Amino acid sequence: MRELAASTISDHVAEMCQEANIYLGEDVFKALRKSLETEESPTGKEVLKQLIENAEIARNEQTPICQDTGFAIFFVEWGHEVHLTGGTLEEAINAGVRRGYEEGYLRKSVVTDPLYDRKNTGDNTPAVIYTDLVPGDRVKISFAPKGGGSENMSTVKMLKPSDGEAGVIDFVVNHVKAAGPNPCPPIVVGVGIGGTFDKVAVQAKKALFRPVGEPNPDSRFAELEKTILGKINDLGVGPQGFGGRTFALAVHIETYPSHIASMAAAVNINCHAARHLERII
Amino acid sequence: MEPKRIQAPLTDEDVMSLKAGDNVLINGVIFTARDAAHKKLVELMDQGEPLPIDLTGQFIYYVGPTPAKPGQAIGSAGPTTSGRMDAYTPRMLEHGMKACIGKGLRSQVVKDALQKHKGVYLAAVGGAGALLSKKIKKSEVVAYPELGAEAIHRLEVEDFPATVINDAYGNDLYAEGAKAYAR
Repeated sequence: MRELAASTISDHVAEMCQEANIYLGEDVFKALRKSLETEESPTGKEVLKQLIENAEIARNEQTPICQDTGFAIFFVEWGHEVHLTGGTLEEAINAGVRRGYEEGYLRKSVVTDPLYDRKNTGDNTPAVIYTDLVPGDRVKISFAPKGGGSENMSTVKMLKPSDGEAGVIDFVVNHVKAAGPNPCPPIVVGVGIGGTFDKVAVQAKKALFRPVGEPNPDSRFAELEKTILGKINDLGVGPQGFGGRTFALAVHIETYPSHIASMAAAVNINCHAARHLERII
Repeated sequence: MEPKRIQAPLTDEDVMSLKAGDNVLINGVIFTARDAAHKKLVELMDQGEPLPIDLTGQFIYYVGPTPAKPGQAIGSAGPTTSGRMDAYTPRMLEHGMKACIGKGLRSQVVKDALQKHKGVYLAAVGGAGALLSKKIKKSEVVAYPELGAEAIHRLEVEDFPATVINDAYGNDLYAEGAKAYAR
């Protein structure tokens, strides 16, 4: 049994909170540069240039890419052979978030109860944490600070199995069209298909953790990702919704087995600041 | 097209010279307000009480910045989603506000109020918070400090870039822009 101190988890989490919010990933940089070559609208090109410049300023001056430094979302794969000492995983992660958001001058964007008090918790906790037990003696922590503007433009729908591929395409494209400029395009579209009402939303979220533009390993779903991306960009919404050919940088689909009666589908949208980071401890 | 330099606050004439799709560089003093500050301002209007800031001719920027690091005027400071302010915007325009800056779609009620009161809605590039913070030279809280990032701040801006979305003539860049590039 490998022993791992809770404080080690907290140290990694605190660093990850700052790193993800300041350094835009190379996958997103690459996608933005590529879209600059294909964008036809002069205003759209100008927006893409500003976004690249913005990410460079953030990196050089160690300042957050966006003022919405997000709700802290974690997917943890915990190896069976690892024994956590000195606290629970939840406490360890929240301690890291607390420290990372304070030391990194990141905005605290979490309120206590959602309906009545809406009082800021002051330290961006609690985080949203999903944990899977896996074989081995390693711990993989994936982190994404998720902005509210794009999260608000997300949805779940219980499709019928008979809706088929066309039903999925219509659902995603129509939803993204209605979101329009609100989620800060160019967006990354996370799509979940299958599972239950709750599981499909988690799959859509998980899809946003994949490096931008990396296709689904199943060639049928990879093809569907391409088809949906083409239809979304054909809407003409463009960067920031000012009109153009780059409404989305990528569509990522994650699936799960489904009940015989169901075909759940979910869309979780990320803005162009598609921040995500992983570490193996 | 070269961006137009404009000076805050705005006159009716300034507003009428702006068209959907214009890129502008804003100079002068602007104020910030998000959901919570709007709610408080409109409550005061309902009670007929004086407002903590004079809205005549002013720009309101929908932003909740990150905390400033030592040596910074302000932290990362990009626009937030404007639609959340739709319920309050007609009242703000009645009280003299001339321009608001945010990102995303506005309701028909807001678009009509912009025409009626001669106002304009602009978008700054959402998610370009680090770049936009460089255009803000000074920031101070002028009302509701208890709201933290949501307090009303007075900002001094230099060449702050924005794009006109809804003008006082009823034009809408979001609708027209997408039409031009749809296939």
